[in-house]
Amino acid sequence: MKKTPLPKLLLIKNADIIDPVKSERYMGSILLKNGKIEKIEKIEKNIALSDTNILDANGKIVTHGFCDLHVHFREPGREDKETLLSGAKAAIFGGFTEVCTMPNTNPPIDNPESIRLIVDKAKSSQIKIHPIGAISIGQKGEKLTELSTMVNEGAVAFSDDGIPVMNSGLMRRVLEYSLPLSVPIINHAEDLDLKVNGQMHEGFWSTCLGLTGIPDISESIMVNRDIELLDFTNGRLHIPHVSSAKSIEYIKKAKENELNVTSEVTPHHLYFTDEDLQTYNTNFKVAPPIRTEDNRKKLIQALKIGIIDCIATDHAPHTIQEKEEPFDLAPCGMIGLESAFGAIWKVLSEAKMDLIDIISCLTVKPRQVMGFDKDLFRRGSNAQIVIIDPNEEWEFNLSSIYSKSRNSPFIGQKLKGKIKTTISKGFFFEI
Amino acid sequence: MGFLKNKNLIGLAELDKEDINLILQHAKSFKEVLNRPIKKVPTLQGKTIVNLFFENSTRTRISFELAQKRLSADTVNFSTSNSSLIKGESFKDTVRNIEAMKIDCVVMRHPIPGSHFQLKNYINSVIINAGDGAHEHPTQGLLDLMSLLEVKKKIKGLRVAIIGDISHSRVARSNIYGLLKMGSKVTICGPPNLIPMDIQKLGVDINYDINETLSWADAIIVLRIQRERQGVCYIPSIREYRDLYGITVDRIQRLKKQIVIMHPGPINRGVEIDSDVVDSENAIVLDQVLNGVAIRMSVLYLLLGDSPKGS
Repeated sequence: MKKTPLPKLLLIKNADIIDPVKSERYMGSILLKNGKIEKIEKIEKNIALSDTNILDANGKIVTHGFCDLHVHFREPGREDKETLLSGAKAAIFGGFTEVCTMPNTNPPIDNPESIRLIVDKAKSSQIKIHPIGAISIGQKGEKLTELSTMVNEGAVAFSDDGIPVMNSGLMRRVLEYSLPLSVPIINHAEDLDLKVNGQMHEGFWSTCLGLTGIPDISESIMVNRDIELLDFTNGRLHIPHVSSAKSIEYIKKAKENELNVTSEVTPHHLYFTDEDLQTYNTNFKVAPPIRTEDNRKKLIQALKIGIIDCIATDHAPHTIQEKEEPFDLAPCGMIGLESAFGAIWKVLSEAKMDLIDIISCLTVKPRQVMGFDKDLFRRGSNAQIVIIDPNEEWEFNLSSIYSKSRNSPFIGQKLKGKIKTTISKGFFFEI
Repeated sequence: MGFLKNKNLIGLAELDKEDINLILQHAKSFKEVLNRPIKKVPTLQGKTIVNLFFENSTRTRISFELAQKRLSADTVNFSTSNSSLIKGESFKDTVRNIEAMKIDCVVMRHPIPGSHFQLKNYINSVIINAGDGAHEHPTQGLLDLMSLLEVKKKIKGLRVAIIGDISHSRVARSNIYGLLKMGSKVTICGPPNLIPMDIQKLGVDINYDINETLSWADAIIVLRIQRERQGVCYIPSIREYRDLYGITVDRIQRLKKQIVIMHPGPINRGVEIDSDVVDSENAIVLDQVLNGVAIRMSVLYLLLGDSPKGS
């Protein structure tokens, strides 16, 4: 990966531009001046000034930098797994110029001072990093954190991350309390009484493998509860990493009833199925678990028709030694930033999803969920751009990984579509 | 080296009918050895086998050890009930250190399903699964086939019922794979909350009625009921379990036929099966135990034995 500062003037020409805000795709050129969008032309017209540097996109896709609203950068506490810096590198390789970090660090991000720490540290990062604050002190599900002060310091949403808010009373109160803050409340939807010590999706494969199963209803019951609470409170709910078809039905109904609910799906839930766990590869161990082919197909369908709003990676680095333990002892999670686009485009192009819609699920829609500025092609916007070769087929391997960890089941997979260039915070990264 | 298609024996799911037959055939010859006054053959002289037990076991460990000694292999035992991080050492380091001392084979029992798949990534020695969580216990599955074959002369078409806690049983899974591959009909019987999801997709039937199941069966495999399941959300009480699924003298006497009764042990007398049934003529539990040694000798020989010269 080569990093160079953006020149004063840069013309990206011969570009297959996708503007996900306007849902338009056209050949044209983009002129950047001092790292900001200066002009976008739909036809190949000479808008270059005499001292303009020219980047020939050679007909490749040029679009907004991606936004991932669900990553774990492990700082503070587990810098051996990931830091804001190493996580940012992984993001840039994957075409992400903006991410939201989950608060399950050590100590958890459950107070305004910790939010400020992340915001300050992120300033020197090569991408935009927004902290998500914890809902409860110590993620214990008991006492509310200082949500309003945390928002003032830069928190963009609240979640107890991997720890579900099991207490319906607390969930009700946080949805109510956060009303004036207009930030999403994100609850990891798994009913722990149904999950117990489950290791994988409950079904034929858990039966064969002897691993304790997690039923799909452990998610949908929680999704349903949260939607009931949302209806009751009129709050703002975002449902992370939807894995089960039953959850989709509840989300669909909530959207029909015009509740303020959004949701995301991960590339791995779109790509893999529980059958893949036959090798007991612990990199497939994630929460919620990877489910059946039928669920996978329904997730794709829900994304296509907009019931699921966007794609988020749930990038969750863990050390090799932790993932080398027997299945029940290995922690949940896989890294996902580097493999995201190649995996998504492979499965979604096969499912005949339009590229503009896919890009939208990685750009406009996640930004809309979080209330970020989404019109990145507006004149004067800081350049967050990716250049993609959608036709390149490549093997995801260790050299594709920029994260400090390498817990990815995508290793060895043939992916389709590669990020060639990422432009972020005044720099130009050739991948 | 090795006469089977796979290098390791991790489960009966991976074993084909031909290899199962080969193991059964050799086990029969080894059983003859066990009935001789001098029970030792030099087959595995010079081979070193480590019995790695991360979970308590009496009979399986002794059975493997005896099988190894009868074959003249050198054996080392390592037992711990602490499966995670012995003295802070990872599973990978533990097994790699043992292998570094130059061994030929690891026989491992581990409470976590699939641990042998991890083990396979860390060592090159031959691996034999002596039970991994609720996944498989292949040598038990094989010795049950051998025992059935002895009394019923054929396995094809035989009606076998597996009774009890199927969800948490590795024995049940290995039995299902083995019996179905050899052409038996298999019915699963037990409390519905201890029968794992979609198990009928493997090709078995489910029947919650113990009396119907017993009238159907030619042979039954009775599983141990873990007392710790009592009072959780599985079994309200041992009394009620015995009432609904216990293999009682009454139930057996009411049958108008003889059925073969098997149990992988250890038996909870008076819980899943009545003491008098265990001690009755139709119960072949001690034959199972002896056949266990023969089967393990056979497996060890077929995986570790040197091919005869010229073949």
